This record gives sequence, C-alpha cells and structure tokens, in this order.
Amino acid sequence: MAMIEVSDLHVVFGTSVHAVRGVSFEVAEGESYGIVGESGSGKSTVLRAICGLAPTSSGAVRYDGAALKSPRQADFYRRVQMVFQDPYASLHPRHTIDRVLSEPLAIHGFTDRERRIEQALEDVGLGKGFRFRYPHQLSGGQRQRVAIARALILEPRVLLLDEPTSALDASIQAEVLNLLDRIRTERGLTYILVSHDLAVVAHMCERLLVMQHGKAVEELTRARLQAREATQPYTRDLLLASEGYRPLQDA
Amino acid sequence: MSLLEVEDLRISFPTRQGPVEVVRGVTFSLGRERLGIVGESGSGKSQTGRAILGLTPPPGKATAKRLEFDGIDLRDASAARWRSLRGIRLSMVMQDPKFSLNPVMTIGRQLIEAARRTSSRSESKDRAMAMLEAVQIRDPARVFKAYPHELSGGMGQRAMIAMMLITEPDLLIADEPTSALDVTVQIEVLRILDRLVNERGMGLIFISHDLRLVSSFCDRVLVMYAGQVVEEVKASELKQAQHPYTQGLYNCLPRIEGGQRPLPVLQREAGWAV
Ligand SMILES: Nc1ncnc2c1ncn2[C@@H]1O[C@H](COP(=O)(O)OP(=O)(O)OP(=O)(O)O)[C@@H](O)[C@H]1O
Ligand SMILES: Nc1ncnc2c1ncn2[C@@H]1O[C@H](COP(=O)(O)OP(=O)(O)OP(=O)(O)O)[C@@H](O)[C@H]1O
Ligand SMILES: [Mg+2]
Ligand SMILES: [Mg+2]
Repeated sequence: MAMIEVSDLHVVFGTSVHAVRGVSFEVAEGESYGIVGESGSGKSTVLRAICGLAPTSSGAVRYDGAALKSPRQADFYRRVQMVFQDPYASLHPRHTIDRVLSEPLAIHGFTDRERRIEQALEDVGLGKGFRFRYPHQLSGGQRQRVAIARALILEPRVLLLDEPTSALDASIQAEVLNLLDRIRTERGLTYILVSHDLAVVAHMCERLLVMQHGKAVEELTRARLQAREATQPYTRDLLLASEGYRPLQDA
Repeated sequence: MSLLEVEDLRISFPTRQGPVEVVRGVTFSLGRERLGIVGESGSGKSQTGRAILGLTPPPGKATAKRLEFDGIDLRDASAARWRSLRGIRLSMVMQDPKFSLNPVMTIGRQLIEAARRTSSRSESKDRAMAMLEAVQIRDPARVFKAYPHELSGGMGQRAMIAMMLITEPDLLIADEPTSALDVTVQIEVLRILDRLVNERGMGLIFISHDLRLVSSFCDRVLVMYAGQVVEEVKASELKQAQHPYTQGLYNCLPRIEGGQRPLPVLQREAGWAV
C-alpha cells in the first residue's frame, strides 16, 4: 500500500494562479521519491499541499491509506515532517537553536529532551557550541542543518524535503545525504525530496517525477535517469544543463 | 587596473569566550573578471562579501590593511559615500533572498525604487519589467505585482538578482545566487552575468558551493577554509587543485551515473587551517 498518495491535485492561489494542475503520484512505504522541475513549476506547492499548507482546490492526498482532512490532525505533523526550502524564513529569528529544537519535543510530549537535542545536533554535524546561538549567528549551511535536525527530532515516518542541501557545500551535502540515507534504512522512513540537482536525486531516490508549468511531465526510475532515457524535451534539457556552464554560441 | 583590492581582511565576533575571528587575513584583488569563492559552510565566504560592502552585522567588527574599490578607500567611507556606492556601483545578491526583499512591498515597487537610483521615474518602470524578463521570469507582469511570499524560491532569487543588476553596478558580489534555480534557468542567469562582465566590464565575485558551475563559469577561484584563503587556482584547473580540502570536495559530489554509497566525506585535519 502507498504511504503517500496524491491524486489529481490542483492548487490555485487567489483566483488566477493555477500552481499545480492535476498532479498524481504514489510513494510506497520506505521509498524515496524525487521531484525535479522548472523553477516555479509547483514543486514546493505539492509538498505544502501534502501538509495541508496550500489552497487545494481539488484532488486528494492519502496518508497510509486514509484520505487526509483539512486542517490536518496534530498527530499528522508528528508523522510527517517537512524541511522547508528557505531556512531563513522557517527558523524564528529570536529563538535560540535550543528553543527551535525543544519546542516540537514539548508540543508532542517527549520527555528525554536533553538527550534528543544533543543527538539531533550531532546527527547533522553541529557541535554543542551551536546550541544557544540565534539563527542570524549561523552561516547559511548551518541554518539548513538546524532545520533538518528539527525535522528528525520527532522521529517522523515521512520526511518531505524541499531542496535540503542546496545551501550546503559539497562536503556537508555529502554528510547530510549520507545521514538521510542511513536514517531511512535504519528507521524505514519514506522520503519525498525536491531538488534541482539531478545528481542528488539520482543518488537519493528510486523514482522521480519531472514537473513543468504545474504539471507532471514525466515519471522516471533511477535506472532510466542514469541511462538518460528521458522522453520529454524538458527532461533532456535538464540533463544537458547538468553538465555545467557553456559560454554562449553553442547555447 | 584592479577594481577591488582587499588586504588582510579580518572579521571577528564577540562571544562569551572572547572574540572569535571568522575571517582571518583574506587578501585578493579583483579585475573586470569572474572570481569564484568556494569553501566549506561556515568558512567565511558570506562574511567576506558583506564586509566589502560595509555590511558586517554588529557586534561583528571588520578590519583590513587595505579595502579599496576603484581607488576609493572603503574602510572609513562616510554614510554619504556609501549611499552613492551601495546598490549603485557596488551590489550584493544576498544568500537569503527572502530576507533581503521587503516582505510588505511588491516586487515591482522594490525594483522601481532600485532603478530610481540611476534612472528617471518614467524610465524606471520599463527598466523594471525588462529586468524581470531578462532573468527569465515566465510571467513578469504577475511577478511585478506580487509580494515576496507569493513567489517560489527560484523566483525570489531571480527578483533579487534583477534588483541588484538594475543599476548596472561595476562590482557585483553574488552569494549563492543560483542555488535555488533549476539548472536550465541557472544557466540563463549566468549568461546575463557573463554578458555584464564581457560587455560592460563588470567585476564579479561569485560565491558558490557548486564546483562544476564555478569551474565552468569563473576565471579564477579562491578556496576558503576556516576563515582563510587556502588556495587560489585557475577555474578550469579546479579539479587539479592541491589543497586536500579542495581535492576532497570533488569526491563528495554525487553523480547522475551513480557511484559510491555512502558518499565519501572529508576527514578534516587540524593542519588544514594554519
Ligand atoms: N502564497 C502564494 N500566493 C500566490 N502565488 C503563489 C504562492 N505560493 C506560490 N505561488 C506561485 O505558485 C507557483 C509555484 O510555486 P512553487 O513555490 O511551488 O514553485 P517551485 O517549483 O517550488 O519553484 P522553485 O524551484 O523556484 O522553488 C509559482 O508561480 C508561485 O509564484
Ligand atoms: N552574528 C554572528 N555571531 C557569531 N558568529 C557568526 C555570526 N555570523 C556568522 N558567524 C559565524 O561566522 C562564520 C562564517 O560565516 P559565513 O556566513 O561567512 O559562512 P559561509 O562561508 O558563507 O558559509 P555557508 O556556505 O554555510 O553560507 C560561521 O562559522 C558563522 O557561524
Ligand atoms: Mg520551491
Ligand atoms: Mg554563506
């Protein structure tokens, strides 16, 4: 049975911005599913809609077989955690890292907070010295790791990851990807991971969806991505552009 | 002649254990070229960029033996001097676009305000729209009227780039300017920057952790580690860089074709930070 099932999802902002236009996909328990696509194509909106944070105009989201109601129940947010694309906006500027991490624990009634906070910081490669800092005292990558630590600390079953490593340098990215990979194996987690980096998606996900203009244009397996067997022009452009920058002329 | 001279830049923040130096003696000069800065998260890239614009966040302190833009000593520039430089001749695309866009003002108004620093009122609106088109925003009329929270990550990033380029600065510091963009858009944005460097002689400091992008796009690269520049290489030779940090970085990258799992990670050594 699918852990997350999205069927014919439409999201409309206001009266005219039709951000998601009939997207459907299923993610099995323990699977890692990627979403790639054009900037503005609706990737973040799909994740937000799963969490009940976007104006869904039609379609359904199922979690573990049951259709989800809006607003979502508190228990849903323990089971399904999201790491937002924008770590600057998602961390409260006047809360220390300690508070950022202890609040969800308090809300969900965890007792051994001390140990969990230390463990979560260690998991993402941040030392104890960071615990009582404020977000503005951290670099971009350090903030993103705090956001990941906050999502993991509740031991969710599903993680929705929006560009989790795009703010990180290659060495920290490798550490975070390894961490996510290991935790998924150990705890049988299910991931939906949005990234503009095809290599990250190829490394992390068994299947992926390619989006453009609010629609799903193509679903691929990792093997087909690696063999560059894309059928849609946009996916082929993505593969080509992934090779790096080429000065004009041969554009 | 060089556009920017930085010598022995140091930035420190007070902490309970005394001042901590996060940038420790950075020296480089920049011509009308594309200079990349890569380096570990927390190595001081953004703080270096901010210090050049006199934007070290308090209570941090920046000092330098020399900090000169086009012959102007920036170290004790007056407020009036900064007003004539910042956002006009010297601009920075911040790593955190949503932070640097005004949340209660439409993108269009912010762009027009920026354009007004160098153009007339009547020209400003056209320039603002043209700039949104130039950064490949698909629906510029809508984005013009939108507030920052109504944009996707990559749209916000491009709005920010548009705002910084609208005055056609002589020096642009771009801090992870394309990290939220899909690769096809990323390349279009780089083309704009490329053109400004080639045709208008803009100097560009391009801070990025994307090694493939930096090595294919920049001319020269500084590698930072623990607050210092540990290596300077030609961008095309980044792969052959000597410093163990730089060498190690390439191995950490995942590949579309697949490779090792878990990914190799760097074993940092105390000796790397001298
Ligand atoms: N709160 C909002 N109000 C109005 N429009 C919105 C809102 N949030 C998103 N949009 C619009 O919905 C569309 C999809 O946005 P979304 O953030 O899902 O894109 P994305 O695929 O995640 O892009 P990126 O890769 O740039 O992050 C965009 O056109 C955006 O402007
Ligand atoms: N206000 C502050 N107080 C104390 N330390 C700070 C403050 N701001 C930044 N730092 C520290 O300064 C160091 C350099 O930060 P900087 O933002 O320049 O890193 P960076 O190289 O840009 O990293 P990233 O790639 O993650 O963006 C970091 O270790 C950070 O924690
Ligand atoms: Mg997004
Ligand atoms: Mg930075």
